[in-house]
Amino acid sequence: MPNQDFLRRLPESDRALRRRDRLQQRLHLDFWLLLLLLTVTAGGLVVLYSASDQSLATMKRQCIYFGLAYLTMFIVAQVPVHFMRRLAPWAYALGVVLLILVILYGVGAKGAQRWLSLGGFRFQPSEVMKLAMPMTIAAYLGQRHLPPVFKHVFWTLALVAVPTALIIKQPDLGTSILVAASGLMVLFFAGLSWRYIVAAVVSLLASLWPLWHFVMHDYQKKRVLTLLNPEADRLGAGWNIIQSKTAIGSGGVPGKGWLQGTQSHLDFLPEGHTDFIIAVLAEEFGLIGVLILLALYILIVLRGMMIAIRAQDSFGRLLAASVTLTFFVYVFVNIGMVSGLLPVVGVPLPLVSQGGTSIVTLLASFGILMAIATEPRKVIR
Amino acid sequence: MRQLTLKSWRFYSVVLAMLVLAVALLGRIASLQVLPDADRGFEFLQGQGNARTLRSEPISAYRGVITDRNGEPLAVSTPVESIWANPQVLLQKPQHWAALSQKLGWSQAELESRLARFANKEFMYLERHLPPQEANAILALGVDGVYAQREYRRYYPAGEVAAQLVGITDVDDRGQEGMELAYDAWLTGESGAKQVIKDLRGRTVKDLGLTKAARSGRPLALSIDLRLQHLAHRELKKAVQEFGAKAGSVVVLDVHTGEILAMVNQPSYNPNDRNSIKTASLRNRALTDVFEPGSTMKPLAMVAALETGKFQPYNVIDTTPGYVQVGRKALYDPIDYGKLDLSRIIAKSSQVGMTKLALKMDPDTVRNMYYRLGLGQGTGTGFPGEAVGVLPSYSKWRPIQQATYAFGYGLNLTMVQLAQAYGVLASGGIKHPVSLLRKEGEEIPGEHVVDAQYTQQVMKMLRKVVAKGGTGTLANVDSYSVAGKTGTAHKADAGGYADNRYVGSFVGVAPAEDPAIVVAVMIDEPRDDKYHGGQVAAPLFSSITGGALRLLQEPPENKGARVSVRKLEPAPALAQHGGTLL
Repeated sequence: MPNQDFLRRLPESDRALRRRDRLQQRLHLDFWLLLLLLTVTAGGLVVLYSASDQSLATMKRQCIYFGLAYLTMFIVAQVPVHFMRRLAPWAYALGVVLLILVILYGVGAKGAQRWLSLGGFRFQPSEVMKLAMPMTIAAYLGQRHLPPVFKHVFWTLALVAVPTALIIKQPDLGTSILVAASGLMVLFFAGLSWRYIVAAVVSLLASLWPLWHFVMHDYQKKRVLTLLNPEADRLGAGWNIIQSKTAIGSGGVPGKGWLQGTQSHLDFLPEGHTDFIIAVLAEEFGLIGVLILLALYILIVLRGMMIAIRAQDSFGRLLAASVTLTFFVYVFVNIGMVSGLLPVVGVPLPLVSQGGTSIVTLLASFGILMAIATEPRKVIR
Repeated sequence: MRQLTLKSWRFYSVVLAMLVLAVALLGRIASLQVLPDADRGFEFLQGQGNARTLRSEPISAYRGVITDRNGEPLAVSTPVESIWANPQVLLQKPQHWAALSQKLGWSQAELESRLARFANKEFMYLERHLPPQEANAILALGVDGVYAQREYRRYYPAGEVAAQLVGITDVDDRGQEGMELAYDAWLTGESGAKQVIKDLRGRTVKDLGLTKAARSGRPLALSIDLRLQHLAHRELKKAVQEFGAKAGSVVVLDVHTGEILAMVNQPSYNPNDRNSIKTASLRNRALTDVFEPGSTMKPLAMVAALETGKFQPYNVIDTTPGYVQVGRKALYDPIDYGKLDLSRIIAKSSQVGMTKLALKMDPDTVRNMYYRLGLGQGTGTGFPGEAVGVLPSYSKWRPIQQATYAFGYGLNLTMVQLAQAYGVLASGGIKHPVSLLRKEGEEIPGEHVVDAQYTQQVMKMLRKVVAKGGTGTLANVDSYSVAGKTGTAHKADAGGYADNRYVGSFVGVAPAEDPAIVVAVMIDEPRDDKYHGGQVAAPLFSSITGGALRLLQEPPENKGARVSVRKLEPAPALAQHGGTLL
């Protein structure tokens, strides 16, 4: 807030501005962010309606989840930031326990064991970790001297490694990478020395070979190989990517029109309502639709980074930046995968893909952003 | 506050990096959608998209309908569905085999063995020509790789009544027999095509419209009158059963136009049930089979005799002692008829009389007359497999041929040729090409082959055949005068003629006063003791001719009308009441 002492103005001239400020403050909402989120959500529902072959049941389910998610966001936004900081270690611990439980008692589908079933209600503990991880790392580093010294970097890496390893075990490579990244991003924003970064990149490249041969599952290798040459197995592993590229390409600039896409509606495009929904959008709304959606995503990201930069302490800033960047990574990985830039990893398109708990988690993270954005100013006079 | 220790430039550089990556994504998608060359170009991808969904579907053309002369349907096409499968897909779905084979009415093992046989193909029929409801029931199973295809199945409402004439088509709707074959090109339509969008399972989702309209086949109106055809069929079938005959044929010919009004054969078959068809019953015997006619040729030989000018109907020939020696061979009459004038030679069908007459003429006179009357040539029907018969010319025959020609041996012909020749007698010497198609509009004038005075003289003789003392009295018809000739021929066998195998025939014209139709009847190998044309063929002629004239609404004649002997028997019910109505 600008120093009032140096401003000359009419009395009450900022009343209107202040009143809006007060409303946002009181509700703990960031109206800009909320408007952008609602716009993408609405557009996403339109696309999903088409992608799900006009299934009203799917729409209903999605709307319920969104309602739940926005409610969660609103509640999370009310939590004071300093309380979040204290909550973080507990959330982290809970997440780790749940992940261990998944490995012991989890249920699964398609060869992976990712869910906990509680009386008919299934949820994915790795979702908890998506939020707990950046909160914990931000809380840890936020209280330390920055940039972090070696000891802190080491402990940070340890904190990142445990849940990541547990999620890899499920196995869920995509989520584990995202969870790890959300922690490492905090480290990066905290001012990690370039020496560490260079060293990490070098060791990552060096570990690619053993990773390929000893860690990665066959289906994961197949995805990478498929990226490199989808035509090699056009009816098998390459099918998804060839179909999605075909769908995107056949949309052209103007698109075929809502509900008019042939690839998506005629069962050619697999997972059209979940991970590959951007292909439906691209086919039906063309390049124009993709452009608008990307622009909205970028605006959300910019708003998130603005909140991060304006945050009042290191914890808030690190957390906000990490949450925002994670959101961007979702978008990038999903669109990159569908358009054939990245290997196929199961990452939904945020706010558009059909989803359940992942929607709630996502909007909860925006709740964190809003809590940080509307934190009462500690005015230094 | 530690906030100051965070370097803001990291945040800004991350923002920048995200913007760059977003632009990269956009660039990637734009390149797929806009650039003609990226990843083989959006045009390629659009083409790929269309290649997955756009299909050109053939539209089966409707085959032309075959009708009789009054428009009664003889062959119509009805839409049916053929179920086919892509074995490549179906082999991946063993869980559906049980339900599928049950709906098809097969055992699962049968389905599996068929699938195995077509394992490296992408197309196989599961069942052809199912009614739409049954096909839909199979499609309703929703088995991947099972599809339906619209086809037309030929249905023959007249069944076996006109089977050999109309013919049949094969399962692919191409003509195989009869008129279906002869006029295949005329009846066949041109398949059209339409563009459709199909989904992954091959179901049609959207119809984009015709790319080429199907042209239906053209209709074909035959010359036959289905009512006469029914009548002739019924009577012939009855007679063939009654006499235990091997086969039989009837031809009814319009005297004025040369159109065939009815043409039936026994044995016949049901063209709607292909499994029941035996090759023997496929032949349209009246057109494709030749036989030695025997005495039915005598009136034609008589025309030749009269035309020489040397003979008059009242000239008398002495047939005593009931046989005549020609070369080494003796020819017999059943009894010694004594002196017969030419009319009575025909009425009694005297072998000796005809032989003596023939020997008084130039050797090839009779043969040339036969040729002028259409024997040994095609009749102009265009029917597949029509026989022309054998009419050896003078240079090739043995001396006895001069005599045998006169009573109908040593040559063969078809029933249609015989009917056509009698048509010349009936029409006053005019030969019409025989037509199996209804003649439209202008009358094509026939060819004048014999002077009318001779044919009229012979027609008078033919009336005596059915008069008291003639061989064909059973051929008479209520209320109408008829004229005709019986024929009873030994069947040729290896090395001569069989003693106990005959062809009984009767060819006649009615009404005799003002001829309208020629009816030719042939019973092949009647098995019982009755074999004479006058016994087996003449009654059949009578019933068919009487019915046909009434159906054709010929006015009944009083003059010269006779009540046939057969009709005198009172109906059993009336007899009980002691009624004597007649």
